[in-house]
Amino acid sequence: MSTPTPIVPEHFKQLVGERIHDDALRGNIRRATRTSLEKRLAVISDYDDWEELRSLGYDIKRHVIDHLPYYLKKFEHAAAAAGAVVHFATDAAEAREIVHGLAVQRGGPVIVKSKSMTTEEIGLTHALEDAGIRTVETDLGEYIVQLAKEPPSHITAPALHKSRGEIGRLFADTLGIEYTDDPEELTAIARRLLREDFLAADVGISGVNFAIAESGTLCIVENEGNVRLSTGLPKTHIAVMGMEKLLPDMESLGLFLNLLGRSATGQRLTCYTSLITGPRRPHERDGPDEVHIVILDNGRSRMMRDPHLREALFCIRCGACMNVCPVYQSIGGHGYGSVYSGPIGSIITPVFYGEKRSRALPFASSLCGACAEICPVKIDIHHHLLWWRKSMVGSGDAPRSERLMMRIFLAVSRRPALFDLAGRIARLFTPLFRDGDGGISVPVWRGSRSFPAPPKKSFKQLWRHHEQRS
Amino acid sequence: MSHTFVRIVHVSLFIPCLTDQLFPETGMNMVRVLERVGVRVTYDRRQTCCGQPAFNTGYHDESRRLAMHFLDIFDGDGAEYIVAPSGSCATMVTVFYGDLLSLPPEYREKAGRVRERVREFTSFLVDVMHVEDVGAAFSSRVTVHDSCHALRELHIKQQPRTLLRAVRGLQLVEMDEAERCCGFGGTFSVKHADISTAMLEEKVASIERSGAAVVTGVDSSCLMQIDGMLRRRGLPVRTMHIADILASEAA
Repeated sequence: MSTPTPIVPEHFKQLVGERIHDDALRGNIRRATRTSLEKRLAVISDYDDWEELRSLGYDIKRHVIDHLPYYLKKFEHAAAAAGAVVHFATDAAEAREIVHGLAVQRGGPVIVKSKSMTTEEIGLTHALEDAGIRTVETDLGEYIVQLAKEPPSHITAPALHKSRGEIGRLFADTLGIEYTDDPEELTAIARRLLREDFLAADVGISGVNFAIAESGTLCIVENEGNVRLSTGLPKTHIAVMGMEKLLPDMESLGLFLNLLGRSATGQRLTCYTSLITGPRRPHERDGPDEVHIVILDNGRSRMMRDPHLREALFCIRCGACMNVCPVYQSIGGHGYGSVYSGPIGSIITPVFYGEKRSRALPFASSLCGACAEICPVKIDIHHHLLWWRKSMVGSGDAPRSERLMMRIFLAVSRRPALFDLAGRIARLFTPLFRDGDGGISVPVWRGSRSFPAPPKKSFKQLWRHHEQRS
Repeated sequence: MSHTFVRIVHVSLFIPCLTDQLFPETGMNMVRVLERVGVRVTYDRRQTCCGQPAFNTGYHDESRRLAMHFLDIFDGDGAEYIVAPSGSCATMVTVFYGDLLSLPPEYREKAGRVRERVREFTSFLVDVMHVEDVGAAFSSRVTVHDSCHALRELHIKQQPRTLLRAVRGLQLVEMDEAERCCGFGGTFSVKHADISTAMLEEKVASIERSGAAVVTGVDSSCLMQIDGMLRRRGLPVRTMHIADILASEAA
């Protein structure tokens, strides 16, 4: 077996090439995304003012990002007052070091970890494992992709690309159990194995969905109960969050829980919503002795300062833009080569991976705008893709042949007479390339379709006859 | 004896480069329908391309020059409306000539004035002229593909359907996922041809399931993409721009 292409954005073309003709993969993705979309439609109809809720979500996010230093400070004070320790990390390496340092001091045979895209962004699990600290993903989807040694392919449904048959075979091969593709049995197996790790772990790591500035509270949503166990059972809870996760107060949390659950999984509310304000208090029976909150910048300050990137910080990581995107549905999350795939991924990946490595992504969209239409906080995703295209072409990241073609296109189109002449010449010669179905073959389409053969006369010529007649 | 004063609406034609070069009959059919509903139509032969292909590919400098050429032609042309047989090109002028293209100040003003007058063809008929029945006859099962720019930027969804329902002999059927992109996306269809093809395959499957004999829409570019695969596969479905259907009269 040949080694698989590394899932990094500079390998976009190869990654797509390896997936685009995989009908089974496309079937898995289409089934899963369609189900999410149908469920979403069913529950957003609870509201006849869903559009206004989206606008409110946008306004609150904009307010928070416009005043981020203020809210960060407020959050830090409130969290510290509740007994949590707040750490700031400027980049991925610093965040990894902080978590690693904390983990090493506290020891324990294993770290239990709940689902978190921010920890994926900083490559935390790999770093801890490389340092010899066994780190177990406890979200079922994450558990599956960890067994498969793959990154998650979707921000809310990490193993969405796999059928239950594939998951059954994976469990049989890696866990030495008998093959079954029954979801309940598979879940029970994972649950039993994970239970031992939950009980043994001294450190639990989680992400954060929302951080409430006024109270220093962390809000984490989930459906499996593993977040409760990861954050409540071990002596130390380490939460990693991007600095854009802040909300002003509990009142705004109500809105955002509605926007997130409904957009992500089509749920009115996820099964578990954990609100964590500092460690266990003396009179409380459960909870960790220590809560550490690692707040990550990693390019977010740059996004905050840039008016074209700022809106991307409003993202609440619901994944609806992926579910609805026909490109995502065709190539899957791994096709993008980035931790953050789909439409939102294509506008934030250049920030995290650098523009040179990510230059295929903003162009890998038909700009249909389904992403912006579904986004619960109204991020104008496809317009930001247009901005990235301009920015990348402007910084010289474009093929020379394309530049030349655009220059010719401009030179011709600015001169109406030349434009007409070019059209006449094209109409004269292209019929020579006609093939079987009367169309013209375009090599990159590999016979899947043809380009129409041009007509004898242009509109301008027809219009002249029309004018003469009337 | 009573006098009826009918105000004649004056429309300036915005014929996209694609229509001019590849689908001239569609442009002429739009003219026929507009004249049939009593509109006075003029056409400025200096127009070429609105600049969208360059804009979408990231070449804003090139696109800006074409936008300025466009605005010089249409600003102050005396017409009340500027009508295009394309939601995509209408979007270029009404949406993208705004902040994203960053035009020089004097052209920003021109863009502001021109933008107000630009309408996509079916939206002009239904929303401006309040016409639903253009007197067309066309016997066939027809399905509508919603073009992305028309749908999501200009909110054109019901207008083509309203017009088609009034066409004699026409049976309107909906395909599943009519709002799903056909995969064209201009230079996207060449830069990422495999993804574009995968998207097109799904669109063609939806069209086949609908049982329609004709697929129509407000943009020739999407229809061109769809037609390319229908013909290559020898499927018994053809594409027609909505202007071509609305210009049809009973034989």
